[in-house]
Amino acid sequence: MAVLLLAEVTDGELAFDATAKAVTAAKQLGDVTALCCGASAAAAGEACAKIDGVAKVLVAEDPALGHRLAEPTAALIVSLAGDYEHIVAPATTDAKNVLPRVAALLDVMVISDASGVVDGDTFERPVYAGNAIQTVRSKDAKKVVSFRTSTFDAAGTGGSAAVETISAAENPALSEWIEDKVAESDRPELTSAGVVVSGGRGVGSEEDFALIEKLADKLGAAVGASRAAVDSGYAPNDWQVGQTGKVVAPGLYVAVGISGAIQHLAGMKDSKIIVAINKDEEAPIFQVADFGLVADLFTAVPELVEKL
Amino acid sequence: MKVLVPVKRVIDYNVKVRVKADGSGVDLANVKMSMNPFDEISVEQAIRLKEAGQVDEVVVVSIGVKQSQETLRTALAMGADRAILVVAADDVHNDIEPLAVAKILKAIVDEEQPGLVLCGKQAIDNDMNATGQMLAALMGWSQATFASDLEIVGDKAKVTREVDGGLQTIEVSLPTVVTVDLRLNEPRYASLPNIMKAKKKPLDEKTPADYGVDVANRLEIVKTAEPEARKAGIMVESVDELVSKLKEAGAV
Ligand SMILES: Cc1cc2nc3c(=O)[nH]c(=O)nc-3n(C[C@H](O)[C@H](O)[C@H](O)COP(=O)(O)OP(=O)(O)OC[C@H]3O[C@@H](n4cnc5c(N)ncnc54)[C@H](O)[C@@H]3O)c2cc1C
Ligand SMILES: Cc1cc2nc3c(=O)[nH]c(=O)nc-3n(C[C@H](O)[C@H](O)[C@H](O)COP(=O)(O)OP(=O)(O)OC[C@H]3O[C@@H](n4cnc5c(N)ncnc54)[C@H](O)[C@@H]3O)c2cc1C
Repeated sequence: MAVLLLAEVTDGELAFDATAKAVTAAKQLGDVTALCCGASAAAAGEACAKIDGVAKVLVAEDPALGHRLAEPTAALIVSLAGDYEHIVAPATTDAKNVLPRVAALLDVMVISDASGVVDGDTFERPVYAGNAIQTVRSKDAKKVVSFRTSTFDAAGTGGSAAVETISAAENPALSEWIEDKVAESDRPELTSAGVVVSGGRGVGSEEDFALIEKLADKLGAAVGASRAAVDSGYAPNDWQVGQTGKVVAPGLYVAVGISGAIQHLAGMKDSKIIVAINKDEEAPIFQVADFGLVADLFTAVPELVEKL
Repeated sequence: MKVLVPVKRVIDYNVKVRVKADGSGVDLANVKMSMNPFDEISVEQAIRLKEAGQVDEVVVVSIGVKQSQETLRTALAMGADRAILVVAADDVHNDIEPLAVAKILKAIVDEEQPGLVLCGKQAIDNDMNATGQMLAALMGWSQATFASDLEIVGDKAKVTREVDGGLQTIEVSLPTVVTVDLRLNEPRYASLPNIMKAKKKPLDEKTPADYGVDVANRLEIVKTAEPEARKAGIMVESVDELVSKLKEAGAV
């Protein structure tokens, strides 16, 4: 049984962590062919060929595929779909944009954010903000699935799969890219970081969010935020952790000035060790914390930075 | 231009869901249901476009149990003009999959000919994040998902999208499907007079058979289980104690 895996390629570069985690999930289903597409994707294809468990790599380079616009990317995947029983991807915003479109074009359901593989037809996925885990069995001939990366370990490297170049499908030309606003940062990427420090509304302002960043830098951590902190403009949108933001499961998660709403917990409660710093001893975040500290963050965080 | 806004009735986001002991699903009997929060944002956006003179009619549609009527009335009270209810289930536990929802929506779009469909990015019950993209595919239309900014310019929509790396701006040809994210706007509350007025606004009732759509599920739910609970942690008294606990645990 063959699996087509849409590798995560951003501006010509392979997002190794997300792709390698999806490979771990995908290789349970059959032989994995990875598709790397973009305006340039050859380098990503080479990198992808080294991931253990990838049997073959397809590289499609075309200006129309440059910014992962849904229409040309979905058209390409559909043109290849005949050979595969499973079409899968890591559950990134790119894949969540493209895969449902692919599924509808194939007249099958999509299975979003699967957190476990039971067998070739059956998958586990969290629903209701992670308050229930559903096991679903697909009756469709083809299965289109995105995998929640936080629940799979990244596959290793050492493989040497064959790389084949293919051409793009016809571009439906329905959309055009205008610009990307990406904040450059030297910090680790949020969804793959070993340590995450997140700030909430309790931090109180954009200026004071520097406290959170200082603690993160001390720990070599990525920075996250609650929705309230993002809505209030203290932190950019791509830092949001939660049901409708990013899902993370680092070795250490430090929640500062975050109350612990279920929507936030949905994005971090699989972290190995959770630390909560909050001045309200009743805050629900303490119910999931391994180590809770009732304190004012404006004194506790600088002290922590100093003593770590 | 007409705008179509699909709204879903879901468990209220404040309700803590309970998984049934027999693993057959989540208990939805006698729990508070509300409009999917993302759909409040899309209704709000549609009304703002109408207030700005870029849209002449806002049609809301819901697919599900008969009680989805209440959700439609809420949208009408916010300012939508007209509603379509597609009664597709008689038990609230019987949810309709995005593919079937998208097929029904396609039939409605064919009839109503809107220039824009505004969906929520995801429904907070099943978190599938799929319906809008599926509708765009079935229509052969463009799509712009996870919108945090939307501007209609001539026969195009300029949309800023919240993506993993930050923000992406794209321009899509109309007609199009846009799915809305949290930061697009802050939805208004319906005023009491508007709630009264909404009761008189037109609400059409249909069934999937009217549109010739088979709503049989493609995914069978084998079981629904509670996630593993975290084991209770401890409270520390000071930063010093926190640091030593973290060192003991090998976390720093
Ligand atoms: C559809 C929908 C989707 C959502 N998706 C998400 C999501 O993906 N992610 C997410 O995070 N939320 C999400 N939310 C929002 C969620 O419900 C909460 O509103 C949000 O998580 C609250 O953020 P917060 O904990 O920072 O703020 P609050 O709940 O206001 O908590 C602030 C905390 O800071 C503490 N505090 C204040 N001052 C100090 C101080 N000086 N020192 C120490 N502690 C202090 C307070 O005691 C309080 O506990 C969503 C909501 C909806 C409706
Ligand atoms: C209690 C329960 C029982 C279930 N039982 C089964 C089962 O037995 N078998 C099975 O296969 N699946 C079942 N499901 C799963 C279900 O069929 C779908 O997976 C789910 O409804 C679709 O995902 P979503 O609502 O998250 O859609 P999303 O794609 O996340 O929704 C996005 C947007 O699409 C629009 N939209 C979506 N649905 C509607 C609607 N009905 N009306 C109007 N607009 C809409 C809204 O604008 C919404 O914001 C069940 C779900 C629940 C909650």
